[in-house]
Amino acid sequence: MTRIDVGSVLRDSAKLPYADLVTRPTGAAVRRCIELELAGLEDGEIAMLDFSKIGMIDYSCADEVVAKLLLAHKHGETQTGYVVFHGITDAHLEAIEDVLNHHALALVVHFADGAARLVGTVSDEDRGTWEHVRASGPSSVEDVAKAEGADAAVMAERLHALHRRRLLRYDGSSFSAPNVAHR
Amino acid sequence: MTAVITVPSSLNDQTFEQVLDQLAAHPPEEKVIVDARHCTWASPYGLTGLLTLAQTRAEKPVFLTPEETDKSSYWVRAGFFKYAEELYDVQGVVPRTRMSGESDVLLEVTPVNASSDVHDVVERIQKQAEHILTSKLHLEPRAMMGFSMALSESCQNIVEHAGRGGWVMVQAYQYRKRLGGRWAAEIAVCDAGIGFRRSLENGQRRPVTDRWGDGAALELAVVNGVSRYSDPGRGQGIKGIRGYIGRRKGKLAVRSGTARIAILPMWDDDVPRRDNLAPFPGAQLQITIPEHAEKQP
Repeated sequence: MTRIDVGSVLRDSAKLPYADLVTRPTGAAVRRCIELELAGLEDGEIAMLDFSKIGMIDYSCADEVVAKLLLAHKHGETQTGYVVFHGITDAHLEAIEDVLNHHALALVVHFADGAARLVGTVSDEDRGTWEHVRASGPSSVEDVAKAEGADAAVMAERLHALHRRRLLRYDGSSFSAPNVAHR
Repeated sequence: MTAVITVPSSLNDQTFEQVLDQLAAHPPEEKVIVDARHCTWASPYGLTGLLTLAQTRAEKPVFLTPEETDKSSYWVRAGFFKYAEELYDVQGVVPRTRMSGESDVLLEVTPVNASSDVHDVVERIQKQAEHILTSKLHLEPRAMMGFSMALSESCQNIVEHAGRGGWVMVQAYQYRKRLGGRWAAEIAVCDAGIGFRRSLENGQRRPVTDRWGDGAALELAVVNGVSRYSDPGRGQGIKGIRGYIGRRKGKLAVRSGTARIAILPMWDDDVPRRDNLAPFPGAQLQITIPEHAEKQP
């Protein structure tokens, strides 16, 4: 797993002496630095973007850092690994949720209190399935279909769709939530 | 000939129109005297608007300061004269003393020219205003962040769209008339740039319609979230501000060119859209966030 401290990226790589992620130029500078680090990810590797040293994020900056990063990921430009957000607080969530919903995107977020959940645009069925896999740990299509009382073919399609969105990992036989301790 | 523009005794976003009505008859190259001698109160919109007015004139206007020294002291405390002395030929008494301690001026008049200014404004509001925003307006942490975001996005409109620098000021005060004594914070962001209509036209975002004008441009940008950029992520700043003021029962008013549009809460009796106003360059935005009613003692 690769940990990317967004606060350090802001100050050290983007050379911007701030604690808050505001304005588009700042967001674009930070995103470019993160993209360089993501380009080195190996297939299946997880990049944990740590926001714990970031004060606040505004909508424009969230669009540059979060949405454009995920859109590039979605369109295959950096689609070898998984991106998980860590250390997210209320100070970040409003803008992040807003831009994710605007672009119909979603991501796995680890909150400062340790909880993990999907944020953004996800159907209730997809969210329920993701929650089941997160709680159960690595699960096959049959495991999840049986537990949720769903048709295996329908469940397979749903799990693979979550994998294509990089919200679940898939090792060829089972699905798991990226970098989430199941409990 | 020099024209005298009289500043009303109480200068806010509504009465600023009286200033612009007087100004409309005098082309930018004509010398004007802005007479604020009898002005006893000015909102952030009024103060930033007066600085913006000076930027629209080809010849440096004269500014006659308020006659009551305690009123001028407030203008000093708000940082008005720091910039007015560059833009106007200031005549009259300007008190040199600055008040210390906590002030209801949450952010003094501040120029916004570049993205770095937006960072500074956000950092300063978080440092200077936290106490008043939590104790007087009862904003919880998430609402505080929303306030900073609204401020940041408003200022970015200048940097991204205006084509020249502008001004921002934030103040908290009690709304005796409309909010029954409740506190409110007011953000004013004014510039003398290209305005919403030209910004959209420059980005080829003008819709095919016969009814195109400043009002239609404001509606497209403020209500529909259309930006001059074709990037689908653009336009989220104003959309975010609208969402925030909706949740906080606040008010957003934007004037540009000859039109003004307002997103209104129940407590305000303003009109949603006005056209055919006196022309004024750029964009002037005001956000009002009232005290959280449920937390009132």
